[in-house]
Amino acid sequence: MIPANFDYLRVDSVEGALEALQEHGDEAKLIAGGHSLLPLMKFRLSAPAYLVDINRLDDLKYVREENGSLVIGALTRHSDIEANSLVKKNAGLLASATHHVGDPQVRHRGTIGGAIAHGDPASDIPSALLALNATVVVTGPEGTRDIPIDDFFVGFLETDLKDDEMLTQIKVPSVPDAKWSFQKFNRRAQDWAIVGASVLVNNGQSGVSLVNMHSTPFRATAVEEAIASGANAKEASEQAAIGTEPTSDINASVEYRKHLARVLVKRGLEEAGL
Amino acid sequence: MEVTLNINGVEQSHDVEPRTLLVQFIRESAGLTGTNIGCDTSSCGACTVHLNGESIKSCTVLAAQVDGMEVTTIEGLAQSDGTLHPMQQAFHECHALQCGYCTPGMVMACVSLVEENQTLTEDEVREGLEGNLCRCTGYHNIVKAVLEVSEA
Ligand SMILES: Cc1cc2nc3c(=O)[nH]c(=O)nc-3n(C[C@H](O)[C@H](O)[C@H](O)COP(=O)(O)OP(=O)(O)OC[C@H]3O[C@@H](n4cnc5c(N)ncnc54)[C@H](O)[C@@H]3O)c2cc1C
Ligand code: FES
Ligand code: FES
Repeated sequence: MIPANFDYLRVDSVEGALEALQEHGDEAKLIAGGHSLLPLMKFRLSAPAYLVDINRLDDLKYVREENGSLVIGALTRHSDIEANSLVKKNAGLLASATHHVGDPQVRHRGTIGGAIAHGDPASDIPSALLALNATVVVTGPEGTRDIPIDDFFVGFLETDLKDDEMLTQIKVPSVPDAKWSFQKFNRRAQDWAIVGASVLVNNGQSGVSLVNMHSTPFRATAVEEAIASGANAKEASEQAAIGTEPTSDINASVEYRKHLARVLVKRGLEEAGL
Repeated sequence: MEVTLNINGVEQSHDVEPRTLLVQFIRESAGLTGTNIGCDTSSCGACTVHLNGESIKSCTVLAAQVDGMEVTTIEGLAQSDGTLHPMQQAFHECHALQCGYCTPGMVMACVSLVEENQTLTEDEVREGLEGNLCRCTGYHNIVKAVLEVSEA
């Protein structure tokens, strides 16, 4: 399967990317790893007139510590994040969720920025970032702005990114002492999650979020509130499906997904020591 | 557009459309048909090659994206005198293939896996090959071959 024709533009700086976006507006798409975009283009579900390749922005490939946070460049590949010792130590949940993405070949190409910008509720990475209270940094013609991850996902495959902005960095608060668990239920190792759950418990505060249970990556607020008022793992996990609107498909019905959400959150909370 | 790749140590340039997939460039422009296309949807791993030494699925990468980089395909593993790469030799000795369709991609994935981790356990091999499907062998002898090489 071959994508529809497009003009290919390779840029080597954030400024170059922003200029291309400004010039071509919604006819242009950025391509990072291409592991969400190219499959869509091959099925002709997406047919941008201009493809702006940002793979050579080596300045956006890094993991650093800054003021008690991990800062990660948008073009950092999944395989570099899952193996990074700073990520493993200070945000183990993110390393684990990233390790659960696809397979080694996919993780050698896919980027954290692409995984977030795509806004896919079935993706493992946004869920870990919700539980970790990350911040998304985007850059546009007017400069950069910080978006709390809770405000970033606005609809199905829809984010707060404007047509002329790009995602440049992710800030993740360091929580070396947190207990956490990433739970993913699928039939075959490489598959996307039928349902997944991220759980983080740190100093009595909890972050709980779900994969593939809503039109957007979903924070399980009801579970977090139950924990804050003293519920144990079993009691809190009973709240896991509250507020979700999962879809029914070949893999699972709505009811089964809700059941899985409760089971996975319970396992996660127990593994995180609750 | 002109795309130049170093494939198996040989630099080659071809004039291709921007939408040309890497696997097409390898098979059709470079004429190296050892790399197979299976699913064409990044699920089966038949098209696995190395890009700058790491395994990737060449059906889900544009040739234009990797312009100027180094690609290794199954044809580039053996030495010029025909001596097989240790992974190819282990596949041969462990009977890790039957029809052979998955084999080029499987071998490339296995080589990359061992390069990244020389102390693989059986579980890690099975998990590390999650992106490669084989309809014949039941995987057992493939896992054996990888362990043979990583323990060597
Ligand atoms: C076989 C297969 C299995 C997979 N399995 C999983 C899985 O189990 N779990 C999971 O979470 N994911 C999975 N993925 C998706 C994978 O994680 C992708 O790498 C990721 O979703 C997208 O990252 P990318 O760099 O490839 O983005 P691209 O495909 O290049 O881009 C995706 C979208 O984001 C935009 N974009 C990219 N970078 C930026 C940026 N810096 N700023 C603004 N916009 C940007 C693009 O314009 C595009 O719209 C799988 C993919 C494949 C092919
Ligand atoms: S042909 Fe590329 S993964 Fe199947
Ligand atoms: S040997 Fe036939 S598909 Fe693997």
